[in-house]
Amino acid sequence: MKINVTVNGVKHTSDVEPRMLLVQYVREVLGLTGTNIGCDTSSCGACSLHVDGEAVKSCTLLAVQADGSSVTTIEGMAGADGSLHPMQKAFMDNHGLQCGYCTPGMVMAATSLLKENPNPSEDDVRIGLEGNLCRCTGYHNIVKAVLAAAGK
Amino acid sequence: MIPAAFDYVRAGSAAEAISLIGEHGSDAKFLAGGHSLLPLMKLRLAQPSVLVDIGRVTDLSYVKDAGDHVAIGALTRHMDVENSAVLKEHAPLLAHAASHVGDPQVRHRGTIGGSIAHADPASDLPATTLALGATYVVQGPKGTREIAAGDFYKGFLESDLAADEMLTEIRVPKMNGAGWSFQKFNRRAQDWAIVGVAAWRRGNDSGVALVNMGQTPILASSVSSALSGGASVADAAEQAVAEASPSADNNASVEYRSHLAKVLVRRALEQAGS
Repeated sequence: MKINVTVNGVKHTSDVEPRMLLVQYVREVLGLTGTNIGCDTSSCGACSLHVDGEAVKSCTLLAVQADGSSVTTIEGMAGADGSLHPMQKAFMDNHGLQCGYCTPGMVMAATSLLKENPNPSEDDVRIGLEGNLCRCTGYHNIVKAVLAAAGK
Repeated sequence: MIPAAFDYVRAGSAAEAISLIGEHGSDAKFLAGGHSLLPLMKLRLAQPSVLVDIGRVTDLSYVKDAGDHVAIGALTRHMDVENSAVLKEHAPLLAHAASHVGDPQVRHRGTIGGSIAHADPASDLPATTLALGATYVVQGPKGTREIAAGDFYKGFLESDLAADEMLTEIRVPKMNGAGWSFQKFNRRAQDWAIVGVAAWRRGNDSGVALVNMGQTPILASSVSSALSGGASVADAAEQAVAEASPSADNNASVEYRSHLAKVLVRRALEQAGS
């Protein structure tokens, strides 16, 4: 089936099988491998990206469901000049990553969270990131990073 | 994990969706947010030959004050149920329960109608709407009919919906200031409840329903009968499992679940007040 998707500001028209997952589409068709596959069961959040500005788990979405949508992946977060998105910078400054596998999903979930709640408490951040698992258990600095990005 | 191959068609309206599902037979399934169906398809526990995508039937995404009840379009996403000002005012138990479904990413995509039509006894919203005495409106080739939540759930993942019928609206009676509580006991934040309780209470009236305590969501009517008969909260909570038939799994034995249900019903009734 033919789909039209804007990914990180670039329009793509692709012919995909209906069963192709959105995460496969961005990784395998578009070559945007920053979005990781973790659990593959919509538990871990490693595959989080934005569809029309909202964080979703791209392992539980068909590419055809994103037809006509605007998708942002971790590759689309930094500026054209390579300057980091404030959330990426906050993760770096606060040592919010260890192995880094969960980090793209964490950054996408955290930016979606701040869009919905620009002034979160620490509890709000912890609850807001409940759909993202860090197997290094580096949650403390991740929460610090998100609070820093929120200006706290 | 990749689902088995299927054909995909997209519906622009409820009428078109019902016509398409009729055309493709009982092996076709509706796809709403996909957050119950797609995981099953990826595990190959479900292998529909055709998906009728109703995710773009946006005129079924609404929350409306309808006088004595609140009308919720079946395709309203969990996040919109959670944040609805109308529900926060008139059915706060449902708005709060919706905030406990999955995690934010799941709530951005999953829909209230999808959750109810999936009829998973471990899901939060089937039991919550059952406790609230909701009515479900379904549309089929012969027109629409209303099904009381108490008559809807027939077995594990089985409902009164015919293969060619589509859930279109959920009608929740206004709570009119009743006290309420939602209790969800799980081990990890985003998990399904090991046991959950949705409860409201106003004077002699109450509604209590249990999550994950049987093959369907369970209405704990013995608890309500005990309360209206003047029983204390502690005594009424002892009736929590009278209608339940819990199973054992990796998380809990039957005995543990039964004990937990009584404890959570007591806590819920204490929080709901009188």
